[in-house]
Amino acid sequence: MEIVTVKIDGHDVQVDRGATILDAAKLAGVKIPTLCHHPMLRPDGACRICVVEVAGARNLAAACVMPVADKMVVNTNTPMVRQARRVNLELILANHPLACPSCKRNLNCELQQLALDMGVSEIPYEGRKRELEIDDSSPALIREPNKCIYCSRCVRVCSDVQSVDALSFYRRGFDTEVGPPPGVGLMDSVCVQCGQCAVACPVGAIYERSAVDDVWQAISDPKKHVIVQTAPAVQVSIAEALGLEPGLPMTGKMAAALRRLGFDKIFTTEFTADLTIMEEGTELLGRLNNGGPLPLITSCSPGWIKFVEHNFPEFLENLSTCKSPQQMFGALAKTFYAEKHGIDPANIYSVSLMPCTAKKFEAARQEMNASGYRDVDAVLTTRELVRMIKEASLDVSKLDDEEFDVPFGMLSGAATIFGTTGGVAEAALRTIYELVTGEEIPTFEYEAVRGLDGIKEATVKLNNVDVKIAVTSGLKNAREVMNRIKSGEADYHFIEIMGCPGGCIGGGGQPINGGSDYRTKRASGIYQIDAASTIRKSHENTAVKQLYKEYLGEPNSPKAHKLLHTHYTPRNRY
Amino acid sequence: MALEQVKLEKCTEFISDGMYHKLEALLQKDKKSPEMLIFVLQQAQNIYGYLPEAVLLRISEALDVPKAKIYGVVTFYSQFHLKPRGRNVIRVCQGTACHVRGVSRIVGKIKEELGVDVGETTEDLRFTFESVACIGACGLAPVVMINSDTHGRLTADKVPLILSLYE
Ligand code: SF4
Ligand code: SF4
Ligand code: SF4
Ligand code: FES
Ligand code: FES
Repeated sequence: MEIVTVKIDGHDVQVDRGATILDAAKLAGVKIPTLCHHPMLRPDGACRICVVEVAGARNLAAACVMPVADKMVVNTNTPMVRQARRVNLELILANHPLACPSCKRNLNCELQQLALDMGVSEIPYEGRKRELEIDDSSPALIREPNKCIYCSRCVRVCSDVQSVDALSFYRRGFDTEVGPPPGVGLMDSVCVQCGQCAVACPVGAIYERSAVDDVWQAISDPKKHVIVQTAPAVQVSIAEALGLEPGLPMTGKMAAALRRLGFDKIFTTEFTADLTIMEEGTELLGRLNNGGPLPLITSCSPGWIKFVEHNFPEFLENLSTCKSPQQMFGALAKTFYAEKHGIDPANIYSVSLMPCTAKKFEAARQEMNASGYRDVDAVLTTRELVRMIKEASLDVSKLDDEEFDVPFGMLSGAATIFGTTGGVAEAALRTIYELVTGEEIPTFEYEAVRGLDGIKEATVKLNNVDVKIAVTSGLKNAREVMNRIKSGEADYHFIEIMGCPGGCIGGGGQPINGGSDYRTKRASGIYQIDAASTIRKSHENTAVKQLYKEYLGEPNSPKAHKLLHTHYTPRNRY
Repeated sequence: MALEQVKLEKCTEFISDGMYHKLEALLQKDKKSPEMLIFVLQQAQNIYGYLPEAVLLRISEALDVPKAKIYGVVTFYSQFHLKPRGRNVIRVCQGTACHVRGVSRIVGKIKEELGVDVGETTEDLRFTFESVACIGACGLAPVVMINSDTHGRLTADKVPLILSLYE
C-alpha cells in the first residue's frame, strides 16, 4: 500500500492511499462526527454530518466517503464546517419526533449524542413530523418509521452483510420510506428476524419487541415457577452494557443478578448445547455411514433456518433435524424437569436469555410445542436483561458470584464456545473424534475454525476418512457457501452456519456498541471461559449422561426425536 | 403453502387474459439480468397498463431481484404505477401562477364531478386524477391537462363540459 501524507488541522499524518478523510482524522486525534457512517458497513455519504473543508475544493467534502490524496490539506473545525454540520443536524431534528425519555434508544442514540456533542440548544426550523404506522407484525422486531432518519444503515446491513434484501427505500423526497415493501410487515417479508438492522440503526427506528413486561408479570405471579436459561454469548456481553470492559466474562454475577430479579431457577442453554452435540454428532455419524444426505448443516441459528427456508428450500433435508439448544431446553423443561420435580408444566414459565432477536421468532414457531405447551414462553435479549437490571437498580459489579442451579446448570466448555463462530464445529469435533477413534483428542483448540474470517475450512481425519468441514457466519457468507455446494464446487461433509457475523456474540439482541472490535473481545471472553473449565467435552457432561440414562435412552432415540428434533417449511423466495 | 401454489394463486388475475403470455414472452428473452429491471418494468407496464403485484413478483423471480428492490425502483420513478390507470389522465397544475389564479376551485369542482381525490382513479376507470408541477403554460393559468390536451384559463363552471369530452 502506498502511504500518503495528509495535513489534518495543521498536523501531518501518514495513511494508506485509499483511506478516507475520516480514517486519517482519527489518526490525527480528531473524531469527526458521523451519523450514516458505520465502521462495519460500506460508506454511503447520505447525511453530510461529517463534512470538512478540503483546501482547494469548492464544496465541503463528506469525510466518510472522500478518499485522501497526497498533500491534501483538511480542516475539520472551521466556522463554515461547524455551521454546515449544525444546519444538517438541525434539519434532521426538525422532522424528528423528540420522544427521547420513552424511546428504546434513550442514552444510546447517535442522533441524541450528536445533538449533545454539537451543542444544539434549539431547533430553529419548524419541520413536518411523519405519521407512519408502526410495524409490529414480527414477534422479534418493531419498526417505528417515524423515528427513521434515512441513513440507510439497515438497508446496507440487510443487503451487504446478510444478503437478505428485505429492506429498501421507497418513494422520494419528504415521502421517502425505509422498510420492507410497502404494505408488507417485516414478518410477511423475506426478513429472517436476525436483528442486525436493529444493531446497525443509529436511532430508535428498529428495535427488539420487548418481553420484559411479560417476564416481570410471570415473576410476580405466585403460581408460576419461572425458570431461565442463559445462552453462552450473553455472559461475555453484559459487561460493556454496564460500563465495564467489553468481553469480560460475568457468568457468576449474571447468575446472581437473575436470582435477584426473581427467577426461581437459573439454568444455562449450554446444558442443551452439550445435548445438541450428542444428538447432532450422532446424526452426523449416521449420515456419514448411511450415505447422507450430506453435507449436514447445523440448525442452531433460527435466522439461518428461516434464510434456508426462503432461499434454499431444496437443501432443507441437509439441515440437522436437531432443534436449537434453546428449543431443546424448552421441551425438556416442561417434560423431564416438570415430571422430576412434580411441577405442573402449565405453571412453568420458561424464559430464555439470548443474544438474538430471531430466537423470539423461533420460540413462536408453531411446531415448537413438543411438551404440549409452548416450549419457551418468553425470550429476553441481552439488551432487555440489561434494562431489567437497571429497572431493579442492581449494581451487578458488586454482587458475589453465584452458581447455576441443578440439573440444567451443568455444562462443558464445548457448550460455551457455541456462543461464537466455529464453536459448534469445534465442540462437535471434540466429541465425534473420541466417539469414532476411541482416542483422546490431541488438542482442544481447532484454530482453523476459530476467528472472524468469513468462510473457514478444515479437514479432520476420522479413522482414515477425511471429513471436510466448513464454518461460516453472516448470511452473505452463508449464501456463498450454499452456492458453492449447489454448483458442486464444494463437497463438505459438515457445515456450521450462524446467521449473524461472528456468531451469537455478534447477535442482533446484543448490546449496541458503535465500535468495531467488540466481537473479537466477546469471542476471547468465550474462549477464556472454555480454557478455564474442567469439563471441556460435551459427552463428559454428567448431567447430560444422566438425562440419557434416566429419560431419553440414547442419542436419536424415539423419545429424543419426539422432544429434541424438528422439521422445516419451505417459504417464498420473493 | 407450496411455492408453486402461491405463484398460481397470485397469477390467476392475469393468466386469463393473454397478457400473461406476453409477459412470459418478455421474460423468456435473453434479457434476464438485474440490469434489465427498468426496461422490463416499462415493457410490463405497457402490457398491463400498470404493474400489478403478481407481475412484480414474477419479474422479481425471473430477474432474481429482491422484491424490496423492485418496489424501491417502482415507487421512485413516477412513470410506474402500482394501481390501474384511467383511460384518461387529468393533470391539474400546482404551479405558482395557477395557484394564484385559483386552481384550487377547479380541483374542488373536478373532485365533486368525479367523486375521487387527487391521486385516485374513478371506479369505472374513466379518469385518473393527478397533480403536476408547473406545466409551462403559466400565461394560460389556471391550467389543466387531460391526456395531451391543454385546457387554459379554466373556470370551475366549464369543468363538467370539458370532462364530458372524454369517454
Ligand atoms: S431516536 Fe434518539 S433522538 Fe429520537 S426519540 Fe429516540 S432517543 Fe430521542
Ligand atoms: S432482521 Fe435481519 S433480515 Fe430482517 S430486515 Fe433486519 S437485517 Fe434484514
Ligand atoms: S431505520 Fe434506522 S438504520 Fe434504517 S434508515 Fe432509518 S434510521 Fe437508518
Ligand atoms: S457520516 Fe458521512 S455522510 Fe453521513
Ligand atoms: S404555474 Fe401552472 S402552468 Fe405554470
